[in-house]
Amino acid sequence: MFGYILRRLISGVLVLLVVSVAVFALFFYGPADPAIAYCPETRCTPQRLDNIRTSLGLDRPAAEQYGEYMKGIVAGNDFQAGAITIKCPAPCLGVSFKLRVNVTDYLMERFPATLSIAVGGAVLFLLIGVSSGIYAARRRGTLADRAIVGASLVIFAVPYYLFALLAYLLLISQWGIFPESGYFPLFTDGPVAWAKGLLLAWLVIGLTSATQYARFSRGSMIESLNEDYVRTARSKGLSERRVTMRHALRAAVVPVVTIFGLEFATLLAGTVFTERIFDIQGIGLTALNAINTRDLPVISATVLIAAAFIVIANLFVDIIYSVIDPRVRLT
Amino acid sequence: MTETSHRPSGDPAAVPSPSANEPYLVVDELTVRFPTADGLVQAVTDLSYTLEQGKTLGIVGESGSGKSVSSMAIMGLHDYKRTRMSGSIRVGGQEVVGLSSEKMRTIRGGDVAMIFQDPLTSLHPFYSVGSQIAEAYTAHNKASKSQARAKAIEMLDRVGIPQPKSRVDDYPHQFSGGMRQRAMIAMALVNDPKLLIADEPTTALDVTVQAQILDLLQELQRDFNSAIIIITHDLGVVAEMADDVLVMYGGRAVEKGPTREILTHPEMPYTWGLLSSVPDVSADTDARLIPIPGNPPSLLDPPTGCPFHPRCAHRSKVPGDLCRTELPELVTGNRPGHTKRCHLANPDSIYEAEVLPEIAPDLVEVVAEDATPAETGTGLFGPDDEAADGGSVAPENR
Ligand SMILES: Nc1ncnc2c1ncn2[C@@H]1O[C@H](COP(=O)(O)OP(=O)(O)OP(=O)(O)O)[C@@H](O)[C@H]1O
Ligand code: SF4
Ligand SMILES: [Mg+2]
Repeated sequence: MFGYILRRLISGVLVLLVVSVAVFALFFYGPADPAIAYCPETRCTPQRLDNIRTSLGLDRPAAEQYGEYMKGIVAGNDFQAGAITIKCPAPCLGVSFKLRVNVTDYLMERFPATLSIAVGGAVLFLLIGVSSGIYAARRRGTLADRAIVGASLVIFAVPYYLFALLAYLLLISQWGIFPESGYFPLFTDGPVAWAKGLLLAWLVIGLTSATQYARFSRGSMIESLNEDYVRTARSKGLSERRVTMRHALRAAVVPVVTIFGLEFATLLAGTVFTERIFDIQGIGLTALNAINTRDLPVISATVLIAAAFIVIANLFVDIIYSVIDPRVRLT
Repeated sequence: MTETSHRPSGDPAAVPSPSANEPYLVVDELTVRFPTADGLVQAVTDLSYTLEQGKTLGIVGESGSGKSVSSMAIMGLHDYKRTRMSGSIRVGGQEVVGLSSEKMRTIRGGDVAMIFQDPLTSLHPFYSVGSQIAEAYTAHNKASKSQARAKAIEMLDRVGIPQPKSRVDDYPHQFSGGMRQRAMIAMALVNDPKLLIADEPTTALDVTVQAQILDLLQELQRDFNSAIIIITHDLGVVAEMADDVLVMYGGRAVEKGPTREILTHPEMPYTWGLLSSVPDVSADTDARLIPIPGNPPSLLDPPTGCPFHPRCAHRSKVPGDLCRTELPELVTGNRPGHTKRCHLANPDSIYEAEVLPEIAPDLVEVVAEDATPAETGTGLFGPDDEAADGGSVAPENR
């Protein structure tokens, strides 16, 4: 198990290396020159563009810059910007072109907000989705079942950002049913302020994503209720509750876990809308701004962090598999 | 008879039986239908049989003939929302058709237990073998975790699993096919059931393991005087195990009687087909049944008259178009206690003249002198076979 995790972490690092190379390549050989973003449109002379390139360090060969970037992550790096020196200890993800600040520190400040949104949302949609899916499966064909499937299809048909926007406009701005949204750090402002600021965002993510988990776990549960070993469990004289919860459910969650691992990237991408609409300063919003300003170090850092998250989430999924299913041995 | 006082209250066996001398299991005009998108599946129709404590009934018939469906009905394992069931099933005097699921639960796994057809899919892949056996025990007995575990180890030992103390924590995928089958048996026997239903307990096992498992069942029957229903495709297993045989075709009983009777003087062409499709008994059991020509009947739209008529080679011997138009009743044939569902007037002579030569051509000459030619002819009985004493239970005639 330990060896397995170690190997997965190493392969995860390799994935991240490939991602970082890809992001770098996109910028250096892609169609958009970051320097142009910092050159005043009306007075942009070639001379001036060159100066900007030099000051951003873009004039050197790409390989050299990449090497320096990697060195910064491992050993740290100090940046000279005119008269001042920007300290950037390891893991150094560079210095923002636009803000001239250490990217690592800058993102670390915003990271807890995104993590709070994602984890809270995920807990909600898993709870709502899986439990209503099981409920529907056990009452297959009844009115309750149809209501759950119908509601999930309706909610699923509405685009997520529209749902979030409407929820914000109506429930916060218009009627004030929910408290003003925003991010208040858990450890400085306390759990109440933290939860209040994120409440509606969680609910919106929870409800919209729960729809597909509901339909998915319903199908998976119906399937496992038909398994021979569930019949065996029933034939032992166990209570119906024990038959469903202990025997059928344990098998039914496996495909749900798979989907969760696959959908994790979508969940992260979704936080861009959430942060924007609910005005939460997280990584998603930062990435969005960075793309607009072609702030290369910030963009590559956010992409790397997102990729790291996906790698870790999938490792988690594999570990969960091995806990649920004894046939899966992590060797 | 086993003592059941350790079971929780509400033991259904305590309910006074309608007639004191009734056999332990009475299945009476059982009909099971499944409404599906394609139509009504007539899985079991008008099935009746009885079984005494300490006796074994063999149920044979090709795939889809309703063997499993009718047996699962005894355990109340059909989803009542998706099944139409009528008739009566009495277990120790207790009616189980229409019994509430709460009451059914006390019977299931307690007085009546079932060994399912496919032990790989019938054991939960995510729980250890021991915990699955222990669970069956605690469902009917007040026992601590460690007591239940000790019981599981004891059961594994009883069914012949080596090193049961360490094997108890293994998962089903770590067991071989034969061991999984034993584990299934251990699970079914943990509460000393009075009725054990074994659904093809030896299919897909090699000959030696098969023999061991059958021995095990017989041993347990001796110890606890249990009634056993053994469902199988293998007439060799029937010959070895069963006191009585029930032949099913298209969801109905088509022939029924003491094992020796059925195997030596079969009176129904479908049973003849089964006998002639038995591979040489001494040959490798991997050789499956050579199928009877034609397809099993549709259960959505069963044939009119005798369900076997589209495949029957002897229907021309029945006057008129009776085979196609009229369902034969299940009536007593030439010998008492032996019933069959067929219009043929003189099945014995047809069997000896036409069927037997096909089964054992080299024995035809012997037929004339031998009193019981079919026994040697089918090769199903050895000279000192126990089951050849003839079943002592009179099957019920309707
Ligand atoms: N829940 C169900 N819904 C619809 N049809 C069913 C259901 N269960 C069984 N059947 C059908 O009932 C028929 C009888 O099935 P059963 O399992 O009793 O056959 P069997 O005699 O045990 O065959 P085998 O030897 O292959 O085990 C089959 O045609 C099967 O498809
Ligand atoms: S009733 Fe007719 S068709 Fe049916 S088995 Fe007898 S002879 Fe054959
Ligand atoms: Mg079957």
